Amino acid sequence: MGILHSVADTSAGADASPAARAAAAGRRPDLGAGASPAADGPAVEITHLRKTYGSLVAVDDVSFSVAEGEIFGILGPNGAGKTTTVECAIGLRPPDSGTIRLLGLDPQADRDRVHEIVGVQLQESAFPAKLRVGEILEEYRSFYRRPADVTELVDALGLAGKRRDYYRSLSGGQRQRLSVVLALIGGPKIAVLDEMTTGLDPQARRDAWELIEKVRDRGVAIVLVTHFMEEAERLCDRVALIDSGHLVALDTPAGLTARARGGKRMRFVPSGPFDDRLLTGLTEVAAVQHDGRHVVVTGTGELVNAVILALHAAGITARDVQLDASTLEDAFVRLTGTRLHQNGDQP
Amino acid sequence: MTSLYRPARPSAPRGAFGQIVRNEARLAWRQPAGIIAGIGISLLLLVIFGEVPVFQQPSPRLGGLSAFEAYIPVLIAFAIGVLALTYLPGPLVSYREQGVLRRLSTTPVPASWVLAAQLVVQACLMVITVLMLISVSIGFFGASAPKDPGGLILAVVLAIAALFMIGLVIAAAARTTGAARGLTAAAFYPLMFFAGLYVPMQILPRVFQDISHFTPLGAAVQALEDSMWQGFPPATPLGVLAGYAAVFGFLAKRFFRWE
Repeated sequence: MGILHSVADTSAGADASPAARAAAAGRRPDLGAGASPAADGPAVEITHLRKTYGSLVAVDDVSFSVAEGEIFGILGPNGAGKTTTVECAIGLRPPDSGTIRLLGLDPQADRDRVHEIVGVQLQESAFPAKLRVGEILEEYRSFYRRPADVTELVDALGLAGKRRDYYRSLSGGQRQRLSVVLALIGGPKIAVLDEMTTGLDPQARRDAWELIEKVRDRGVAIVLVTHFMEEAERLCDRVALIDSGHLVALDTPAGLTARARGGKRMRFVPSGPFDDRLLTGLTEVAAVQHDGRHVVVTGTGELVNAVILALHAAGITARDVQLDASTLEDAFVRLTGTRLHQNGDQP
Repeated sequence: MTSLYRPARPSAPRGAFGQIVRNEARLAWRQPAGIIAGIGISLLLLVIFGEVPVFQQPSPRLGGLSAFEAYIPVLIAFAIGVLALTYLPGPLVSYREQGVLRRLSTTPVPASWVLAAQLVVQACLMVITVLMLISVSIGFFGASAPKDPGGLILAVVLAIAALFMIGLVIAAAARTTGAARGLTAAAFYPLMFFAGLYVPMQILPRVFQDISHFTPLGAAVQALEDSMWQGFPPATPLGVLAGYAAVFGFLAKRFFRWE
């Protein structure tokens, strides 16, 4: 509960800013007649959400809210309950308890209107193999009263040349991009994207990020489930860390990183043995540790320069130098005790 | 049928259903196995039977009909059966497997619209097949025109409804496309036996005929035969078809899963 209180405080504080930004910039969205949103409430409001599958508690007491014009990240290891949270939020699954409001609407009771204003990208969804991309787009476009500009979406995600192609001939990344286009095709007020950039090459990932930022700038609230720290750091206004069904932290990416407080850390292989005091005497260095052939030095400031100069003066060369600044990933490890990528070989 | 699959939600624009039907029709055209099996095979059999001179002789064992004439209703039932039992459940089960239905249910369009669109496309194929079978048998092989066209239309509609609902129950019961194929085969071959595809029912012992009258395709053949050669079909086969449509429609609605 202690965490939740602090979470509620943080979210209340941070909520105001993106909405205020959007309002100040005059890009408060023109809310469609189909929706009856709460006047100034958050776009997404989830309180004390709980969902179990049999004896498995998938999500327990998760609360957060997302403002219009905010990109909100949900991070967590596999099986943490991210997808379940999202599926409850969009009305695909009824929650066991807790309330969910999307622009003031209950996704279970007001399904029709919720589906009109929420665009969804699901992790596992396919389309008929023998439909052409253009035909799928046309069909989904026809589902909405105020569809978005399809050409713009298709161009932004580099699918313009693919309209005549059969769905089955698309690569994994192209299918992924199509599903992002389809999530945005209805001109949603809220977009929920589950693992949006999984399977995309770096360029396509950046294109997708740019598109999401553009969509956000129109005042759309974006909920982004992601595995990629870089994505969360680059895109998200705030991030929720979910672990074993619990919300363990909710803060800005910078705020979370600050919590990890690790400072800088460098790692290298020395060309020969040296006295640790050579480095521990430096003001930038906090600690020196040995890890097999490797030396791991933690500290602050111009750590790398100071260490390399000191070693050089003693006739030692540092090889295979690696530097990691404290990142969101560190914060994640610290707060959940797990890595996002189990196969990661970073120190 | 209308009460079951009537688009319940007013939220989606009207044109959406037409778009779904169009894409389902494109898929049927691009994966023409269904069209070939339904229209092609029944038409081919009709032409073969029509070309065999001995099949054109009226036979007292067939109640004065020629073997060719006796087979026309059977081939109509065959076409309806193939499409309803194979080419209706197949796409629906694979859509569920691949998450197509799940994705749809996050849009203003209910996933049931795809099911309704499938029914529309398959029903069109069936009607085209029936029209082709009847016009080819009359135009090329001298069969007599249906005695009671109104009764024939009613019999065709009820047969389509009954077989559709059985197909939907297969789609509801089968978790995978493989399971759907197995269930279809298990249902289709016995049903076609009782429809008289392999041996005309008229030459089999009475007990087979009695059973046949209470199977969906057997009742369909009986209703089709009557309306083609005698007059308005009796209540029993029509009632049997309506009963199958109602019971299996209820089961399909009760057990169909969208995920």
